[in-house]
Amino acid sequence: MKKTPLYETHLELGAKIIDFGGWMLPVQYSSIIKEHNAVRESAGVFDVSHMGEIYITGKDAADFADYLVTNDLSDIKSGMVIYSPMCYLDGGTVDDVLVYCLSAKNYLFVVNASNIEKDFNWIKSNSKDFEVKVENLSESYGQIAVQGPKAQEILSEMTDINLNDIEFFKFNTTMEIGGVRALVSRTGYTGEDGFELYLSVADAPKLFTEILKIGKDRIEPCGLGARDTLRFESCLPLYGHELSQDISPLKAGLKYFVRLNAGKFMGRDALMNEEKTGLLKKSTGFEMLERGIARNGYSVFNSTGDKIGVVTSGSMCPTLSKNMGMGLLDTKYAKSGTEIYIGIRNKKVKAITVKKPFYKKKYRKQEV
Amino acid sequence: MIPDKNLKYSKDHEWIKVDGETAIVGITNYAQVQLGDIVYVELPDVGMQADKDEAICAVESVKTAADIIAPLSGEVLEVNEALEDNPELINEDPYTAWIMKIQMADIAEIESLLSEDEYADFCENEG
Repeated sequence: MKKTPLYETHLELGAKIIDFGGWMLPVQYSSIIKEHNAVRESAGVFDVSHMGEIYITGKDAADFADYLVTNDLSDIKSGMVIYSPMCYLDGGTVDDVLVYCLSAKNYLFVVNASNIEKDFNWIKSNSKDFEVKVENLSESYGQIAVQGPKAQEILSEMTDINLNDIEFFKFNTTMEIGGVRALVSRTGYTGEDGFELYLSVADAPKLFTEILKIGKDRIEPCGLGARDTLRFESCLPLYGHELSQDISPLKAGLKYFVRLNAGKFMGRDALMNEEKTGLLKKSTGFEMLERGIARNGYSVFNSTGDKIGVVTSGSMCPTLSKNMGMGLLDTKYAKSGTEIYIGIRNKKVKAITVKKPFYKKKYRKQEV
Repeated sequence: MIPDKNLKYSKDHEWIKVDGETAIVGITNYAQVQLGDIVYVELPDVGMQADKDEAICAVESVKTAADIIAPLSGEVLEVNEALEDNPELINEDPYTAWIMKIQMADIAEIESLLSEDEYADFCENEG
């Protein structure tokens, strides 16, 4: 089982540790609901060191990076981050990644922990026609996320850099913060404003502890449980749930991140075809109308009892105090306001499709 | 949160209070700590038949759904409806927040349950 550089810190904080895809990670420190609310109302700090870091460097790095992902990287400049799905030739999803442009010849792909090996092999095996070097440096980095309306206030007390200069989906590569050096981006996975900090393994415990010390009663250490409920309320996809080898980004409702007219990329032909012929299934939000919580894998039925899809994520939403879900449904049931039924144990429980996201994201974007 | 000395326990982390032919069932402190914030209790229907060692209802935390396994056979006499709107009562005091009362079909089944000490040993080995 793998441990992040913060494992000992989690134990000292009394975290409940679980096996998350082979990683020993905290699911919660005190209570998922308390941690969730801290991020919505003030701030939370997360260990996300399990995320993978794959570097693509060399003369063709820009072209190759753009070829790998469905989003358009042609306008990306050094200091910018772009979110994108990465697809197989058949349009299925390899992973969803953050692409950091360090320079025209140096790109960092931040990938999901459970996909590190797969992604690295995929990227490497498709690099033959490009003059690039592909390196998996995941074990060299720790990653800490600080999220919530008070994230900036707390981090500002630990650095001389003006964090206002780091705009939404931008980053600073060599920031000194809390006595260590880190790459700091205004990104996250909670639907709140916040930052993600990449730093050396050795420095991770020091920075995590310092953030808690400076943040004091304004911040809570948060585990994977709250990370999941926060991303879920904001309807941010989770690989293996809303996205998978069998679920294309178009089915997942990520059309905005699939730029079919911006040059050639892996999976483009299949995705163009899918777009043209129409989606058979669509990721759809729903709200439970009767008592019950939808969970990943539960079947979804129409009012006459036919199976029309499957739940990909479901939870009680702490901020909304409602039981919500996301499911991959036959397209004709995806329209909001459609009555559906979730198979929970031996009952069919009534729900209604609703628009996503459930919680409106509070990002700090520049007015355009 | 001190459990009653006379409680019996199941290996599915339930406590059982026997009162004549009636068994009152809830989940233990160990169970509620493992589950975390409880957000939903699916109560059984009153009048339903409980079959020992079969799932009868469920308790759900933010993260997971856990089946409640009937520790004894019999008829469900009464359920704690307060848990429908306040499932967190189980986190607050699992030994007060009972889930159901069962009219036991076979009192001898009590013999299969664990004593407080046996249950404590059982939890230790699980951890």
